[in-house]
Amino acid sequence: MKYMLLICDDETRMPSMAQMEADPVHQAWQADLQRRDAERFGMRLRPVADATTVRVRDGETLVSDGPFAETKDVVGGVVMIECADLDEAIAIAAGHPYAHWGSVEIRPVWE
Amino acid sequence: MTEPDDAVRAAVDAAYRDEWGQVVATLIGLTRDWDLAEDCAQDAFAAALATWPRDGVPSRPGAWLTTTARNRATDRLRRDAAGRAKLRELAVLAREPAGPASAATEDIPDERLRLIFTCCHPALPFEARVALTLRTLTGLTTAEIARAFLAAEPTMAQRLVRAKRKIAEAGIPYRVPPADLLPQRLNAVLAVLYLIFNQGYDEQDGRRALTAEAIHLARVLVRLMPREPEPRGLLALMLLTEARRATRTDDGVLVTLEHQDRSRWGRALIDEGVAVLDEALALRRGGPYQVQAAIAACHATAPDFASTDWPQIAALYAELGRLAPSPVVELNRAVAVAMSDGVTAGLAVVDELAAAGDLDGYHLLPATRADLLRRDGRVAEARAEYEQALRLAPSEAERRYLVGRLEAL
Repeated sequence: MKYMLLICDDETRMPSMAQMEADPVHQAWQADLQRRDAERFGMRLRPVADATTVRVRDGETLVSDGPFAETKDVVGGVVMIECADLDEAIAIAAGHPYAHWGSVEIRPVWE
Repeated sequence: MTEPDDAVRAAVDAAYRDEWGQVVATLIGLTRDWDLAEDCAQDAFAAALATWPRDGVPSRPGAWLTTTARNRATDRLRRDAAGRAKLRELAVLAREPAGPASAATEDIPDERLRLIFTCCHPALPFEARVALTLRTLTGLTTAEIARAFLAAEPTMAQRLVRAKRKIAEAGIPYRVPPADLLPQRLNAVLAVLYLIFNQGYDEQDGRRALTAEAIHLARVLVRLMPREPEPRGLLALMLLTEARRATRTDDGVLVTLEHQDRSRWGRALIDEGVAVLDEALALRRGGPYQVQAAIAACHATAPDFASTDWPQIAALYAELGRLAPSPVVELNRAVAVAMSDGVTAGLAVVDELAAAGDLDGYHLLPATRADLLRRDGRVAEARAEYEQALRLAPSEAERRYLVGRLEAL
């Protein structure tokens, strides 16, 4: 099964890349992914302040500032994983540092 | 209908009750197709109704039904190319050309445990877990489940369809969880069974079949997980609660424990409940269902309200509050404290709860306080509390009970 993990939080912490790399929880998460050979690709996203949302309505392209929905948690990164089943995906997701203060949404990939 | 037909009909009904879940579980295990599994199980029971009167009831109805359903699944899958591809994948099915006759000697492992845990997976919405468990494990129809939960049948059908789709599309595994997940996942299963029981218990006529289904499922779980104490705790709790059901209301008016006719309690259910609880306690790993069952056992074995072991019940509620903190548990402890240490001590616990505000709007808070005030002879205060409870009470039986209490003041 392939899952996209949407790594979310409310952006109050905003650790830098260097801080993320130094975080032992993040290091353990990376090691877990390697051990399972589960990561297909992953990337961190710039904060929602840099986001632009595009909608097309009645043939008109509407561009707006910020994320599509005004919610507390926003997507701060995505990781594509491939693993046996949802239970393994849950185990992987629970290891991500953001799961401890934000959330990780697990979305099966439409194949 | 002739007599032999009645006997066959009864045998099919018994098989439906005892074997439906096992047949469906086995078919899902083989095909991973929940709809196909249900359809083929249905077909197998139809085949039983058609052939058992002629050929006699097989010595092992469950094995006969499972093999018949499996053959039916093979036939259906052979009909189209996608199915044939799947069959090759599921070599285990293709290898089985044998008819029902050979089933008698076959040993079929019990697959129901995998099915229970999958139905109760926490990634499914709670109400879908309940519906799916009833549909696949007990064979209640969608219409019956909808009626039991006061939902429209299309809504319930949709809920089942969505749940089955999520299991397939999100990759929810069909298995008993490994040891590290087991405690948490077992709690989810127990919560579903207890909800089914309470749904049947709380209601008047019409839904009582649900308590029987919940007890049946708890028995299956106990048999499949003999070394886990909490399934036994839950089964004991259900049996001990069920034993008192007939005395809970009188002519539509709630009858509290104090005034229930104990001679009408179900002795056999109580004896079994106490025995099952003892088996659970012998495993020496406590849990909230065992504690609740122990409380129910204290009540069920007491000769009357006054000579109940109230200090023991107060201690058990305190233990339950540690295992599963809840203001409702604390309110129950207040009643036990009042009985063992006096009304003043009980009222102190209730006042603390009221001050915390967690039970605002919950009718049993003023109802409990009213009872304690009445026992203390504080009639005017009791009246105000009963009136407050009456405004909040959710059911007619409870309102009628409270009106009675007010009149008796």
